[in-house]
Amino acid sequence: MREILRAIFDVVFRMPAGFVVTLKHLFMKPVTLDYPRKKEEMVPRYRGLHYLERYDDGSERCVCCGLCAAACPADAIYMEPGENERGERYSKVYEINTLRCIFCGFCEEACPEEAIFLGREYEFAYGSRNEFIYDKEKLLVSHPRKENKFKKIYRRVRKAYGVPEINQ
Amino acid sequence: MLEVIIIGSIKVIAVVSVLMGGCAYATYLERKLVAFMQHRIGPLYAGPWGLLQPIADSVKLMFKEDVVPDKVERVAFTLAPMLGFIPALLVFAVVPFSSNFTMFGYEIKGVISDLNIGVLFVFAIVSLGAYGLILAGWSSGSKYSLLGGIRGTAQMVSYELSYGLSIVGVIIIGSTLSMTELVEQQSSILDWYIWKQPLGFLLYITCAVAETNRCPFDMPEAEGELVAGYHTEYSSMRFATFFVSEYAYMIAVSAVATTLFFGGWQGPLLPPIVWFCIKVFAFMVLYIWLRATLPRFRYDQLMGFGWKVLFPLAIINTMATGFWVIWMDGIN
Repeated sequence: MREILRAIFDVVFRMPAGFVVTLKHLFMKPVTLDYPRKKEEMVPRYRGLHYLERYDDGSERCVCCGLCAAACPADAIYMEPGENERGERYSKVYEINTLRCIFCGFCEEACPEEAIFLGREYEFAYGSRNEFIYDKEKLLVSHPRKENKFKKIYRRVRKAYGVPEINQ
Repeated sequence: MLEVIIIGSIKVIAVVSVLMGGCAYATYLERKLVAFMQHRIGPLYAGPWGLLQPIADSVKLMFKEDVVPDKVERVAFTLAPMLGFIPALLVFAVVPFSSNFTMFGYEIKGVISDLNIGVLFVFAIVSLGAYGLILAGWSSGSKYSLLGGIRGTAQMVSYELSYGLSIVGVIIIGSTLSMTELVEQQSSILDWYIWKQPLGFLLYITCAVAETNRCPFDMPEAEGELVAGYHTEYSSMRFATFFVSEYAYMIAVSAVATTLFFGGWQGPLLPPIVWFCIKVFAFMVLYIWLRATLPRFRYDQLMGFGWKVLFPLAIINTMATGFWVIWMDGIN
């Protein structure tokens, strides 16, 4: 008898509450995304794949000072200096091993020339390990990017709030 | 005579093909609805909004390798999916899906076979479906399948009585066993038997969920515990047969519920067959909603629920209805 009364109580009072919950959730926005066709817009301060910036006249910003490599906690950056025809120092070889990289953004912060930035690209997958080593050809942008402005401000803010400077 | 045979065959073919399409798209409906209830999107890639997903699934299943494990009892193993599938189709022989209509000068009945014991036929046939399940569980030679089969047996034993008794009230009030007559009695929305038999309807729908092995009574295939339960060892089209028969049962049971409690094809404005489909569809949504809402019963809870709650309630309902009818007769 007790079981019958409890079952009736459950069906009349408690089960509708459960049904209401699922019905409410039916009309909520899905949390999943139709991924390859629709992509999530990354927030501006997202730290994704690196890129090397250029000046407005098209010349490279990187002077191969090695501060990014020194700041890198994962030891992911390798560079070799060179000299161009105008007698300026530049990086002849600049490689980032994105498998080692932890996307902390220290290289971006350490850079005195504002040459390296972490972009918003997050889709890089390859079949072999070698392809994950990004050389200059892949990193260097073809023309200066506009989104840097925000990055620069953000970098200054971070510095102002006392993120430790890299010792030179 | 020839006319009768030809019209009958055409009706059978039409009903079976609509039913198969319905089964296919019931899977789509289930996946989409459950996905939305879980904040997901569900199938998307085959066709617009994933509408071709059921077709892609069936093609995939057809081309899969049909694995027959070493330790199976071959005869029963082959027979089980068919035994599960055929009763689900047979139910539709007596379900009236439309009023009588005229087409090409012939008077056509809206039911394949107007049996005068339609309700009994339905309940006899639906119960046979459990044999497919039990045989599949036993013949697979796998512990998970066997456990699934045992659970199926226990479930069937605990629910069959209440399932049968739940509609006795309707039969007493309607004083007929013919499905078409029962539908004709419910011509307006106030005449629907759900208003006269609310408890009977609740019992029916509960037992029907158990009968079709759906959540929250999906013990025989409890994928959390028993891999896939009774159809663990099945693959390819044999598995697909079980899968389709589950949905065919759902549709069958919904169609019977529509006929007995919700006035079948009766309804204003729209053609009768549309009303019938709308009502069955509503029941399918209810099934899926149930699945998304309630967790699975435990084995012993289920048996206790069947014997200690549903069975007494069904008897009380039957007796109360009987007394009521006699009392009303006495007054008149």
